[in-house]
Amino acid sequence: MAVEDCEPKGQVKLLGTSQSPFVVRVRIALALKGIHYEYIEENLQNKSPLMLQSNPVHKKIPVLLHNGKPVCESMIIVQYIEETWSSKAPNLVPKDPYDRAIARFWVAFVDDKVGPCIRGIFMGRGDEQQKAVEELVANFLWLEEALRTSGKAYFGGDEIGLVDIALGSRSQWIKILEKVTNIVLIEPEKMPLLRAWMERFLEADGVKQVLPDEAKMLEFASAIRARFAAAPAGN
Amino acid sequence: METCAEDEVQVKLLGGSTSPFVLRVRIALALKGIDYDFIQENLQSKSELLQKSNPVHKKIPVLIDNGKPVCESMNIVQYIEEAWDNKAPNLIPKDPYERAIARFWAAFIDDKVGPCIRGVFRGHGDEKQKQVEESVANFLVLEEALRTNPCFSGKPYFGGDEIGFVDIALGGWLAFVKALEKGTDSVLIDAEKMPLLSAWTDRFCEADGVQEVMPDPVKLLEFICATRVKFASLAAAN
Repeated sequence: MAVEDCEPKGQVKLLGTSQSPFVVRVRIALALKGIHYEYIEENLQNKSPLMLQSNPVHKKIPVLLHNGKPVCESMIIVQYIEETWSSKAPNLVPKDPYDRAIARFWVAFVDDKVGPCIRGIFMGRGDEQQKAVEELVANFLWLEEALRTSGKAYFGGDEIGLVDIALGSRSQWIKILEKVTNIVLIEPEKMPLLRAWMERFLEADGVKQVLPDEAKMLEFASAIRARFAAAPAGN
Repeated sequence: METCAEDEVQVKLLGGSTSPFVLRVRIALALKGIDYDFIQENLQSKSELLQKSNPVHKKIPVLIDNGKPVCESMNIVQYIEEAWDNKAPNLIPKDPYERAIARFWAAFIDDKVGPCIRGVFRGHGDEKQKQVEESVANFLVLEEALRTNPCFSGKPYFGGDEIGFVDIALGGWLAFVKALEKGTDSVLIDAEKMPLLSAWTDRFCEADGVQEVMPDPVKLLEFICATRVKFASLAAAN
C-alpha cells in the first residue's frame, strides 16, 4: 500500500474566478484532500498569458497547474486530484468499477442536463423559462431517487464524493436562482432528501470555507439578469 | 484475483447498427477479447430491457454486466477497462496526468466534434455549411494535437503504440463521418490539410478488433441519405 513518503510534492496552482461553480469544484477537492495551492484570480475580459498558454483549446477556467503541467475541465481536474493523491483520505471516487461507472453517469447527468436547465432558467423568460423549470424539477426528481436508493448522507456514501462535488458546487447558484426568480426548484415536500443533502453539503468542512460569499454572488447574479432582461429578445 | 470467474461473466450490449456510440463499445469489447450478446434495439419501439436498464435517458448503448447496467459510451469504455484491467491492451493510461489528457480529448470529441458532425447530418444549406466549417476547425485542432502534444506526437495512436481511450472516442465516429462525407458531398477530414489525422483514420479502421466490428458502409450511407431526406422534408413542412 502507498505510504506518505510516496505523496507527490510539488507546486500546485489554480487559475480561476471567484464566482465560477466549476472553480469551486476544484477548490472543494483540494480542500478535502488538504492540498496547499496558490490561487490566481483570472480576469475573463483580459485573460492572462498563463491561462491562454495552459488552456489553448478552450481558454477557460478552472485550470490546475501541477509542477507546471496544466489539467483542464473541472471534473477531470477533480479526478486527477483523487488519482494523484489517492493515498490521502477522503477518497473522492469509489474503488469498485461499477460504483465508479454509476458516479460518472450522475456527474455527466449534472453537467449535460442540470447545467443547461439552470442556465435556461437564469437567462430565459416566460414560456421558455417555464419549460426549463419543469425540466430541472424532473432532473432533480431523478437525483432524489438516486439518493433514496443509496440511503446514505451523500451521493458518495458516508463522505463527499464526485457526484456531490459536481452537483453541490451548483447549490449556491440554485439557491440564488430561487431567490432572483421567486421559483422553488427543490421543494422540500417532493424532494426532502435532496433539500437536506444540499444544506448538509453547504455546511460541510472543506466546502463552507471555499464557497464564494453569498451576498456578492446574489449581487453578481442580479446584475447579469438585469442586463439580460434589458437586452432585446431573440439572439 | 481474476481467474476463471471471468469466463462465466455474462455481458450483454444493447445497441443499434448505425450508432457511433455503440461502435465505441463494440471496439473496446473486441480489443479486450470479451464475449457478449449483442441485442439489436428498435429505437422506434424500445424494449422493456432498455427502458429498465436506462430509465433516465432510454438510450443506447447500454452494457449489462451480470445484470448490472452501465450507460453512456465513454463511461462504458472506462468501465470495461477497469473491470477487465488485467486484460491487455490497457485502454486508458495508468499515469494520472496522461489519463487527464486522455479524458480532456475524449470530452473535446463529445462536446465539440460530435455535435458538429450531427449538425452536418441534420443540416441543410447555409446551416449545414456552417457545421461543416466548424467540423473542419475541430479536426484541425486534433491534427495540431497529434503534431505537437507530447503525449501523442510521433506515435501511431492517441493512446501511444496501441489504441486507447481517445482513439476509441474518435474512432467510433469514423465510419459515420466517411459515409456522411459521401452523402453530403463534403470533406471533413482533409488528407492534405490533416495528414496525421488522415493517416490515423486509415490505421485505425484497419486495426485488428476494429475492422471486424465496422458497420457496412453501403448500408450506413443508405441510412444517412434516407434520414437526411426525412429531415429536409420536416424542415420544409415547418
